[in-house]
Amino acid sequence: MTVSTATALTGSDLKRRLRRAEWRGRLRAIALVVPLLLFLIFFFIVPIARMMWLSVDNSELPSTLPRFAEEIQQWDPTETPLPDESVLALFAEELRAAAEARDLAGVARRLNTEVPGFRTTIMGTARRLPDSPEGSWSETLIGINEDWAEAETWLLLRRASTTVTPYYLLASMDLRMGAEGGVEAAPRDQAIYRDIFARTFTIAVGVTLLCLLLGYPLAYKLANLPARISNLLLILVLLPFWTSLLVRTTSWIVLLQREGPINQALQGAGMIQDPLQLIYNRFGVYVAMTHILLPFMVLPLYSVMRGINPALPRAATGLGAHPFTAFRRVYLPLTTPGIGAGCLLVFILSIGYYITPALVGGANDQMVSWFIAFFTNQTVNWGMASALGSLLLVAVLIIYWLYIRLVGVERMRLG
Amino acid sequence: MMFKTTPRILTLGATALGLGLAMAVPGNAEARDFTVTSWGGNYQDAQREIYFEPYKEETGNPLLEDVWNGGVGAIRAKVEGGASDWDVVQVETEELVIGCEEGLYELLDWDELGLSGKLIPGAEHECGAGTIVWSTALAYDGDRLDEGPEGWEDFWDLEAFPGKRGLRRGPQYALEFALQADGVPVDEVYDVLATDEGVDRAFAKLDEIKDEIVWWEAGAQPLQLLAAGEVIMTTAYNGRVTGANKTDGRNFKVVFPGSLYSIDYWVILTGSPHFEQAHEFIKFASEPERQALLPNYVAYGVTHVDAAESISEEDLPDLPTAPDNLAVTAQLDTEFWVDNIERLTERFNSWIAQ
Repeated sequence: MTVSTATALTGSDLKRRLRRAEWRGRLRAIALVVPLLLFLIFFFIVPIARMMWLSVDNSELPSTLPRFAEEIQQWDPTETPLPDESVLALFAEELRAAAEARDLAGVARRLNTEVPGFRTTIMGTARRLPDSPEGSWSETLIGINEDWAEAETWLLLRRASTTVTPYYLLASMDLRMGAEGGVEAAPRDQAIYRDIFARTFTIAVGVTLLCLLLGYPLAYKLANLPARISNLLLILVLLPFWTSLLVRTTSWIVLLQREGPINQALQGAGMIQDPLQLIYNRFGVYVAMTHILLPFMVLPLYSVMRGINPALPRAATGLGAHPFTAFRRVYLPLTTPGIGAGCLLVFILSIGYYITPALVGGANDQMVSWFIAFFTNQTVNWGMASALGSLLLVAVLIIYWLYIRLVGVERMRLG
Repeated sequence: MMFKTTPRILTLGATALGLGLAMAVPGNAEARDFTVTSWGGNYQDAQREIYFEPYKEETGNPLLEDVWNGGVGAIRAKVEGGASDWDVVQVETEELVIGCEEGLYELLDWDELGLSGKLIPGAEHECGAGTIVWSTALAYDGDRLDEGPEGWEDFWDLEAFPGKRGLRRGPQYALEFALQADGVPVDEVYDVLATDEGVDRAFAKLDEIKDEIVWWEAGAQPLQLLAAGEVIMTTAYNGRVTGANKTDGRNFKVVFPGSLYSIDYWVILTGSPHFEQAHEFIKFASEPERQALLPNYVAYGVTHVDAAESISEEDLPDLPTAPDNLAVTAQLDTEFWVDNIERLTERFNSWIAQ
């Protein structure tokens, strides 16, 4: 009895000590990943979440004119043509206060996005607003700007008074809210974003295919040469990879331009009369982007091909397969992890390209990122920029998901 | 050993976290020196010789420089990020107007500056003091064309001047110049453009040469396009054109009639710990005899009315502010563009895709 008790005690003691040791180990592991985790949270997850939030954020007006934003929700345009006098008084009071605090820019920008020129209307109104109304507030406001007599104007303000808005996301898909609720197509002059997304994907797919077409044979050759030579040749692949993107892009400008070496050589050889337009169009974009992204295709392919036993395709031909059949049935399937990784890398990188198309493309070759930069930098319309960015992110995630469904993540080799 | 490792790792993690937080929290701004940010390149080299170095020598105050590429977004990030390392920035009119409304700049104390009424019209703003005047104008290579274009009608004349033309990508400038080619006088362009018919008319005019346009994006591109013979004529910033003539020995010509000029301003970023010194610097850099030195380096007009007198006969014809040039140009209407840039950029891209 005593013996068994002693054993039990030692056993539970052992267990406790074991558990403590395990716990300590786990803590140490957590402590080791904490810096990375914090890094990911602060510099990856939080900014992305914030971007997605900004694409629906509508807080400019509610935060600047809070009481008015609440009151105008009660207004029913089918009953009275304009909001009540008390609401207008509230509007005037809060507008003047915001103007004095230099706090009106966000509201002006938000409204101007929907109705161009409204920035001037609201800024001008705020500047000329008297302390007390001349007659009624509606007369005073209409006296300053006739736009205030329109129910449309107040409807715009009411739309801007909710905390979230679908406006930016809809606009990024060439849609807008109809006057009677419901979603309708945007006017043709503004309906550009579907085309731009389609263009972005076309260019990205095109560049990916070109890289595969050029990279596959190259990687094959590299993988099957003696190590000494293939290492040397690999440096030729890596050297441009280490060169600045800007330098490589501008080199293509020099090469492809009207009086550049390529046109001169073609003219000198008598192959063409007038110089070809090789740059500032889609062709230039494809050439420059393919060149820049090629290493991202070659490296994963090369690493996969190095691992393939050369005896396998040889065995296939030895067993009577035509060399092409041996390639198609044996070699090609073995390289799919490399193809998948390379294509995914090139595609995702090219979908966000900005500088290269901006420098070597025409006006019709700009991708989504050009518009994101335009809205962020030039017009400070972070709502539109975030909406376009969020849609791009969703599109990439869908493609990634499709890739995993079709190819499988375990079949991807990144090098 | 085992027992000691865990805490040490934790300490390490905590230290890293602390460091990270310390970097994220707005640093003690007072500790850094007064910083002026401008557009870099030849232009900032000139500014360094004329303004920055003499300022350091004469006042004994430190001055650091930085370079930027424009965009209200950049300034907004600096100011709202809370750890701005810039005090005085040279901004374009668009950034002045938007940033001032957003409260990104301090209101200038014009009494302290003592410059009221001494700058050219438009250079005095509650948030900024104008420093240079530059133009976007028609330019061509005098070595390739003996008889060059004289205005926007020639720019649209594909028979007399066959070849590609360069225009800045986007609706800005393209629409104004198209209307002029269609017979609208330069000083009425924005009245016409304010109407829907005017915008339609400008795009219809652009249609005529659509296939012959090379769209440029960065300011150095049009000169490269001209030099490479890629285009027969282009729009370009006048200072860059004259600069290329001086440094690269080019024979580029600027056609001032019908061009649009714009002013760049000094602004002080909100929350700058060097508010007083910033005023002192702006005052220093606005002295007429100092400003008058600039056209010798870069062909930009300057803003102090008294500076015009001391500019040499040789440099004057290249300047947007030369009386002969000023008479045939108009100012870029920034208010119009801030109101309409988004919608017209969408319209421009829809037009381009047709």
